Amino acid sequence: MSALIRRPLIVLVRLLVGARSEWRGCEPDTARRIYFANHGSHFDTVAVMAALPWPVRRLTHPVAARDYWGISKFRRFIAETLLRAVLIDRKPKPGSEPLAPLERLLEDGRSILIFPEGTRAEGDDEIAPFRSGIFRLAQKFPDVELVPVYLDNLRRILPKGSMLVVPITCTARFGTPLQVQPDEAKAAFLERARTAVKVLGSGGATGE
Amino acid sequence: MNVTMLTVLGACALLLTVASLVGYVLEQRAKSPASIATVKNLNDRTRSWWIMVVIFGGALALGDTTTIVLFAILSFLALREFWTLTPSRRGDHQPLFLSFFVVLPIHYILLGDDWYGMFVIFIPVYAFLMLPAVATITGETDDFLARSAKVQWGLMLTVYSISHAPALLMLDTGVPGALMISYLVIVVQLSDVFQYIWGKLLGKHRFSPNISPSKTVEGLVGGGLSAIAVGTLLYGLTPFSPLQAAAISAVIVTAGFFGGFVLSAIKRDLKVKDWGYIIEGHGGVLDRVDSLTFAAPLFFHITRYFFTT
Repeated sequence: MSALIRRPLIVLVRLLVGARSEWRGCEPDTARRIYFANHGSHFDTVAVMAALPWPVRRLTHPVAARDYWGISKFRRFIAETLLRAVLIDRKPKPGSEPLAPLERLLEDGRSILIFPEGTRAEGDDEIAPFRSGIFRLAQKFPDVELVPVYLDNLRRILPKGSMLVVPITCTARFGTPLQVQPDEAKAAFLERARTAVKVLGSGGATGE
Repeated sequence: MNVTMLTVLGACALLLTVASLVGYVLEQRAKSPASIATVKNLNDRTRSWWIMVVIFGGALALGDTTTIVLFAILSFLALREFWTLTPSRRGDHQPLFLSFFVVLPIHYILLGDDWYGMFVIFIPVYAFLMLPAVATITGETDDFLARSAKVQWGLMLTVYSISHAPALLMLDTGVPGALMISYLVIVVQLSDVFQYIWGKLLGKHRFSPNISPSKTVEGLVGGGLSAIAVGTLLYGLTPFSPLQAAAISAVIVTAGFFGGFVLSAIKRDLKVKDWGYIIEGHGGVLDRVDSLTFAAPLFFHITRYFFTT
């Protein structure tokens, strides 16, 4: 049943915002990966999913904020059923393990898509500093490739505070995968990851 | 669908068959990497032409409504390509939304409704006044003049101008509107094709390397004259005499040339090569209809002024 809605949703998104993909630094692969992207609007999860080829998409789970996607039945349906998303708490209670569901997916050989900024940046082209979840995942799964993804135009398609979607084409650019270095400090890694996304955005070929 | 229309489509199919055969022979012959790339692009273009002729011919054959819907879709895609590459700011969001989902549909509905008076003024009067007014609501004044101009030019080129091709359906010239549209599109597009062929065969002197590196003087003259010749021979599709057809073809070709040129200048300004990617070998929709943006309104008004009853 949900497969019947899932496909038309992807087709609709492609018609509306193009959802093109540009594989600059790597090729589509069904191997488990951690995709991390800049966060521009509520549209970005669907845009990346629509840009992934189906064999990759069916094994990839976006991570979405529970305080936005979990508050109504309809949003839950879109997130959990149609996009196979995992909802997590942005402000976890002390002692809880918010990353546990993501770790389970990676252990199952599935890929995840995260937005390490945590929230949408305010400025026009800014990428907010990354939160540390990506670092902890990278340490725990050192052999998994971390693929930077840059989504362009998303803030022009659906800016914060607007309900109106303007059908400008969105392109998802996939860069060269990174891995955390054995003795790399958290802050250094987070900045390197953020730079990889930023460089893709300014037209860099490989994200290096 | 009448016999003339079938003949026109048959001739297009014949022409494309020849082009496909030539492409096949060239493919066998191409040796150097450069010529292989050129031939590949040529064959991509021919393949895309087949698809475009089938879609365009099919829409015209099915009737006025499908023709208008097809052009509305082309305008939508062209406007999207325009705004994907043209920068906009937060304050333009509502004007952009209105351009796509209110102005464009209303404009084409007016066309379909045969309401000529409203069709010609809706965008230049109502939309052009309303959109900057809406843009003031957010209070963002940076680049306000430039931003308003971009919003207006986007609509002018991709919606208002292009819609003058299907607007020929509104005119009572004594020949079916579909034939007039075919005539316009055939002369405009053949002019591009002939310019490409002449340029590839004889092109030496760059016309304006700054704006359009591939355009040559030889291509322009040879292509323009060939297209005018074809436009003269096809006078039977129109209410024109052969001499009138030659003069009007010359107008179409000249306007089409400047349309392509102006849109190339915008591309250079935006630092891009193509408007889009949707038509293989050609680029975007706007790359294919750039000549039409200038040729269609001129052809429409010449026809309306001199040849309607």
